[in-house]
Amino acid sequence: MSLSVKHLLGIRDLTRQDIEQIFQTADEFKAVLQRPIKKVPTLRDTTIVNVFFENSTRTRISFELAEKRLGADVINFSASGSSVSKGETLIDTVHNILSMKVDMVVMRHSASGAPHFLSRHIDVPIVNAGDGINEHPTQALLDAFSIREKLGGVEGKKIAICGDIMHSRVALSNIYALKKLGAEVTVVGPPTLIPKHLAEALGVNVTYNMREALEWADVANVLRIQLERQNMPLFSSLREYNLAYGVTRELLDSLKKEVVIMHPGPINRGVELDSAVADGNESIILQQVENGVAIRMAVLYLLSGRKG
Amino acid sequence: MKTILNARQLEITVDRLCHQLIENHGDFSNTVLLGLQPRGVWLGNRIYNHLQPLLPGADIRYGKIDITFYRDDFSKKGKHIPVPNETTIKFPIENKRIVLIDDVLYTGRSTRAALDAMLDFGRPSSVELLALIDRRFSRELPIQATYVGRTVDANVTENVRVLWTERDGRDEVVLE
Repeated sequence: MSLSVKHLLGIRDLTRQDIEQIFQTADEFKAVLQRPIKKVPTLRDTTIVNVFFENSTRTRISFELAEKRLGADVINFSASGSSVSKGETLIDTVHNILSMKVDMVVMRHSASGAPHFLSRHIDVPIVNAGDGINEHPTQALLDAFSIREKLGGVEGKKIAICGDIMHSRVALSNIYALKKLGAEVTVVGPPTLIPKHLAEALGVNVTYNMREALEWADVANVLRIQLERQNMPLFSSLREYNLAYGVTRELLDSLKKEVVIMHPGPINRGVELDSAVADGNESIILQQVENGVAIRMAVLYLLSGRKG
Repeated sequence: MKTILNARQLEITVDRLCHQLIENHGDFSNTVLLGLQPRGVWLGNRIYNHLQPLLPGADIRYGKIDITFYRDDFSKKGKHIPVPNETTIKFPIENKRIVLIDDVLYTGRSTRAALDAMLDFGRPSSVELLALIDRRFSRELPIQATYVGRTVDANVTENVRVLWTERDGRDEVVLE
């Protein structure tokens, strides 16, 4: 058994069987993470470099922890404070790092398609840790894995992806993953933050009414408002956004059902999600973070076998 | 294909191995049985089920241990990546006497990996190895079994397969 791809550039390239194999492997890694000794020597002869051209805290820590739990040697590279600021190109940077004999690259970049470009020039497996507004495959995998764990499966479940769909690589990867696993997906948010042809292109439902979406959904995956990616204002104020699209305690309590709350982090508390909801009983946000390490261990394990 | 053990011989062999275990481990109060995933657990299940009526009232602890993440040949596997199996050890193994159970002892590398995997759960007072088939003269590591069902001298091109009714529809050990 192995994945059908050499790199994990996006969920778009994966088959349903690939995703299920990643989940099955992550189940066993999650069991490893519950033990007193949370480490296995599987990748002890492997060196992995984390190349982060864009800021990240949880994703980088999660990858680094996954790599160390697998016994790999880890190098961290951040663009800030590096020769990138002197004008070095992406390809030169990575070639220089690869000359130091690394076996895998985990890369985050603010430009959509950067890891795809790199995959055409280097031979070692690449894991996309987020590229621009394109994809964030390991986040989508851990989200779907968390839904499977909470609800016993993904097939047939109703998932609402809420908020800033336009700028979210998490939204796109989530839609691919959930659709491949047989879930129903609705995206909800202000019309200015939902791409026009999303429904036809990806086969999802679109609504602009948060209450309607939550009344329909088993799970609400609430996304962060990405002000840093907005060139011009797409809604009048954060306060107004919170009033129309914020998931509040009052809104959830007024529903006649329980909706599982997810968020990929970091949370803008009081904007897309109230603290009482983020820390409430319906929230599985911290389980998502925990599952992230197991999912990333599974991806690295399944891809690193391809180097031989 | 040559039969090494037929169903009746296999049953007698399992019975003998159980009695040898009882001779050394008494009521198993300080002993843990660990079947190696994936194939050793079929023998482990048999031994565990066979021991129960022989020791009525005894609390025999039996777990399953997967060695996938502890193999020393992972980077040489290329496209064939081993699929992990479940590890179930629901009791402490610290200072316990461990009996590792596998169906075939061949190069000894699986046993080495199992020793590594086991040590992540605690430090046992002693470890023994029970193998249904011992392919002697094929060892690549200095490992030998404490309890052996049958010793087989097989060519490297030959394969020893252990078949179980629960999985394969019949009990038999064959040389292919």
